Amino acid sequence: MTVLLSVLGGLGLFFLIGSAARAGLHAAAPSRHKPTFRDMPLTASFGLAVILFYVVLACLAPVIAPYGESEVVGAQYLPWAAPHYLGTDKLGRDMLTRLIYGARNTVGIAFATTALAFVVGSVLGIWAALMGGRLDQWLSRFVDALMAIPALIFSLLLLTIFGTSVMTLILVIAAVDATRVYRLARSVAQGIVVMDYIEAARLRGEGMWRLIRREILPNAMAPLAAEFGLRFCFVFLAISALSFLGLGIKPPTADWGSMVRENATLITFGDITPLLPAGAIALLTVAVNFVVDWQLHRASGLKE
Amino acid sequence: MTKNLTGQDGMTRRGLLKGGMAVTAAGLILPAGATMARAEPKKGGILRIGFNSGSTVDNYDPGVWDTNFVQVFAQARHNYLTEIAADGSLVGEVAESWEASADATTWTLKIRQGITFHSGGTVTAEDVIASINYHRGPDSTSAAKPIVDPIVEMKSDGPNTVIVTLSGGNADFPYLMSDYHLPIMPAKDGKIDPTSPDGCGPYKVDSFEPGISASLSRHPGYWKSDRAHFDGLLLLALPDPVARQNALLTGEVDVINQLDLTTVSMMARNSSIRVLSVTGNQHFCFPMDTRVAPFNDNNVRLALKHALDRQEMVDKILYGYGAVGNDNPIGPTQQYHADDLPVNSYDPDKARFHLGQAGLTSLDVSLWVAEAGFTGATDSGALYAERAAAAGINITVERAPNDGYWSNVWMAKPWCASYWGGRATCDWMFSTAYASGAPWNESYWENERFNTLLLQGRSELDDTRRGEIYHEMQAIVSNEGGTVIPMFASFVMGVSNAVATPDVVGANWDLDGFRCVERWWFA
Amino acid sequence: MNDIWRMIGQRLLLGVLTLFIISVVIFGATELLPGDLARELLGQSATEETLAAMREQLGLNDPAPLRYWNWLTGVLQGDFGMSMATKKPISELVGVRLGNTLFLAFYAAALAVPVSLLLGVLAALWRNSIFDRASNAMALTAISFPEFFVAYILILWLAQSGLFPSMVRITGATSMGELLYMAFLPALTLTLVVTAHMMRMTRAAIINLLASPYIEMARLKGMSPVRVVLRHAVPNALAPIVNVVALNLAYLITGVVVVEVVFVYPGLGQLMIDAVSNRDIAVVQAIALIFAAAYVLLNLIADVLSTITNPRLMHRR
Repeated sequence: MTVLLSVLGGLGLFFLIGSAARAGLHAAAPSRHKPTFRDMPLTASFGLAVILFYVVLACLAPVIAPYGESEVVGAQYLPWAAPHYLGTDKLGRDMLTRLIYGARNTVGIAFATTALAFVVGSVLGIWAALMGGRLDQWLSRFVDALMAIPALIFSLLLLTIFGTSVMTLILVIAAVDATRVYRLARSVAQGIVVMDYIEAARLRGEGMWRLIRREILPNAMAPLAAEFGLRFCFVFLAISALSFLGLGIKPPTADWGSMVRENATLITFGDITPLLPAGAIALLTVAVNFVVDWQLHRASGLKE
Repeated sequence: MTKNLTGQDGMTRRGLLKGGMAVTAAGLILPAGATMARAEPKKGGILRIGFNSGSTVDNYDPGVWDTNFVQVFAQARHNYLTEIAADGSLVGEVAESWEASADATTWTLKIRQGITFHSGGTVTAEDVIASINYHRGPDSTSAAKPIVDPIVEMKSDGPNTVIVTLSGGNADFPYLMSDYHLPIMPAKDGKIDPTSPDGCGPYKVDSFEPGISASLSRHPGYWKSDRAHFDGLLLLALPDPVARQNALLTGEVDVINQLDLTTVSMMARNSSIRVLSVTGNQHFCFPMDTRVAPFNDNNVRLALKHALDRQEMVDKILYGYGAVGNDNPIGPTQQYHADDLPVNSYDPDKARFHLGQAGLTSLDVSLWVAEAGFTGATDSGALYAERAAAAGINITVERAPNDGYWSNVWMAKPWCASYWGGRATCDWMFSTAYASGAPWNESYWENERFNTLLLQGRSELDDTRRGEIYHEMQAIVSNEGGTVIPMFASFVMGVSNAVATPDVVGANWDLDGFRCVERWWFA
Repeated sequence: MNDIWRMIGQRLLLGVLTLFIISVVIFGATELLPGDLARELLGQSATEETLAAMREQLGLNDPAPLRYWNWLTGVLQGDFGMSMATKKPISELVGVRLGNTLFLAFYAAALAVPVSLLLGVLAALWRNSIFDRASNAMALTAISFPEFFVAYILILWLAQSGLFPSMVRITGATSMGELLYMAFLPALTLTLVVTAHMMRMTRAAIINLLASPYIEMARLKGMSPVRVVLRHAVPNALAPIVNVVALNLAYLITGVVVVEVVFVYPGLGQLMIDAVSNRDIAVVQAIALIFAAAYVLLNLIADVLSTITNPRLMHRR
């Protein structure tokens, strides 16, 4: 019964937020873009609303959060009641505050990492597909070699060698992710570079950079965008898995991945505390991918 | 649930040495056995234990054992010269009795007759000498080398007597021989085979898959009649806390160690199991490198000792399963524990005062932590930093990888997290981690008075005088030492109600001093 | 067809080269890690003297290039050497665990691949329907939980009630049926972890093609949507799909250490982590090469399949 109620409640909220966001966006958008928002599906407007909400949280964390990021405010695992609306964590820090600061740290890191991985990975991948021949072979063999080393172990090696500051964490995860993006970009681009219009563009004498950016990338965008949505959330998971090996973000910085790890054992006794950070990650993942789907659909040119 | 908070006072322990006399061990095993039973222990059953450790590199070489899977595995198949009984007293095992010269430099050990190895043969003086010699000498790769280093000579006097000469008097020598690295193994041509599972302990090895499991069955010729009640053992490596707890709750194992303290209260609601908690010498600590600034100034060390809330750490890191530490490694359950020392309590004003004495108004330091240091080290660091801020001390918590923690951080970074399983005697603890020049003096601490007292205490055979010496040493360590010791952590185990445990459970190590395989039985 | 065989031959040779690069990278990285085998074996109990003695016995004092050369010549003669930490031959350590790892990977793949392809195709077919949205949201939620967390939830639901065991105990006497039963939870965890990725790529690849002129044409001919998708879109979308499946299969073989730990499954991942943390280079190298070989082969298969589905790839300058 409770499950049914919460599903219904969730659906209701989804429609409420989705429609409200669509109406709001439609009203706020410049008239040129109004049709875009009028036709957007509820999922997409819901996704946009959630992302917007997270961004606001991230930017204004110190203003919104009721307590300091690492402030110990009371006993551990206090129940959900005012003034700690989501209780406290294992050290007696306010859970709501930690979640809000977590948005700031986790989303920031995840975005920086994914963006870096995609720029490097897709440009190199398309370039390799375009050039073919020896360059393609060498680059692909090298990337294959790197990919063939399990990501977790590769990150473990790199982080142990280079230290665990946030900067190295971003660079290492981006490096690991970039190899995956490279592989996908290359395989997608391979299907494109044999097309006639690329041949034509080459004959026109278009430069390499222009070919990549103007001719191939737009056509390779769909699978890459779909990949982006997933890679983005994989960064949270990577941080969480690294904290499994003791290599995550350094305390007392709040991040959702480590928060799931810290509280995970509670779930086997039916305590839902770890679902809060896990749910925060899941909600963002779903939201980002809903928006990606919408964009994919628009890009595909399908009308239905 | 029943929660046994077993302490021990170790009252009988020091009686052993009065007048430098050896006491025959036979007389001591009886009392230890007598504490066991309301009901007579029953024989039979296969005891299955889930361990928090166990690695694919685990092996039979006694020089490298350092996790509780191999430690219990070792006690299951081996016997030692001496054993620390559950109540903290020392009893003989392979050594039937021992006797010291007046200056405690020469020790004569009588080897018990009629102990057999799993492979046949009886234990002789030659086996004992070879077993100890394995850890000695310039080629030794054993972690126990510092323990046996003071041995100048070992020789046999007939098949059942071993005479040991030490470089200096040590009244605690028989205690050292109970160290888990020093099992008695069969000798061939004066050497033991460190790749062989053969021993003279209660169980013999049937199979061993490193990092997964070991199974053993009772050694039919085992010499103790009132011990080793199980038909066999199954030791399982279950490093994930959830997997371990779940295995106990679903009845796939009978005993697990290192309960996840976060969920122990929820777990205890299950009526088919009980939580066994034993407060011992295990303590968690933050050693500072006292050779470098700012830690070379004792005022700074005192400021830091007053800048953490110890009770809060016991409550939030140990969930109450432990005791507050007073920067003194000698635990509350030990005989010479000084309980009248001034308490280093959380007092930001006092911390500020000591900072002022050091000529500082604020302090910025880094504390290196990893869960490898001790379970909860990362959170302890966060709590420490949070409380110290009130005293104008900014602690940056640096999270180091677990991988390589003991080589790259411990004794390499100026301030880090560490732990000690604890040692059975004051001398053993102090000379391992606080004596000048000791290889594991993790705070690089040098205190002249302390070092003098240490030597005096080691060869002092008078009990009262010894007590005074150790009292003064504890006062010095607590007040001037380079190690912040916020808490003593209990060993917290989960035990199925099918398993019976004695009234007194050993506190020197986890799982009844690693001896649960020999001391427990199926109810 | 000959062209394909030539490509396979070429790629296999290149695969060997890849393995060589990996062995150098892994050896170098392990060398760069602070600490060494002697240090890690003795752990907190190390002293300078015992360290020196142990390094001497283990031959760690030889310069790194020499040790690499010794290892390489050994491998070329088919001898992967000894694990220095356990003093056992590598083949003995790795053999059984390799079998276990492959079993779990194929078990999970047998569950995950059909499900995700089916869901992906259906989602593309009924795009933007409730089914599409719901399966999508569910898959995304599953994928955004860390593996160990998914495993814990499954333990809560399926193991604590006694339905499935949460521990895998493989002995010589374990039958296939028992093994399938015991390994169900780890396989299910992995299925949940990889399904979303494959399903979404399938859906995206198919939808990406639906606006192509030839699909428009097929539609204008009045072909049913099912037929359009299955006959015309899927074959051309195979290249990216096959690639993402290969990637996930490789992950199932090489990246499952967390699941191994939670379900106490004796696979290669745990062995590799232990070997890395002990700096037991010969073992690290052997497992890295096994993982790499699996990876290279899967990718080769993926590329061959993509080439077959898109013959234009064969005829390049």
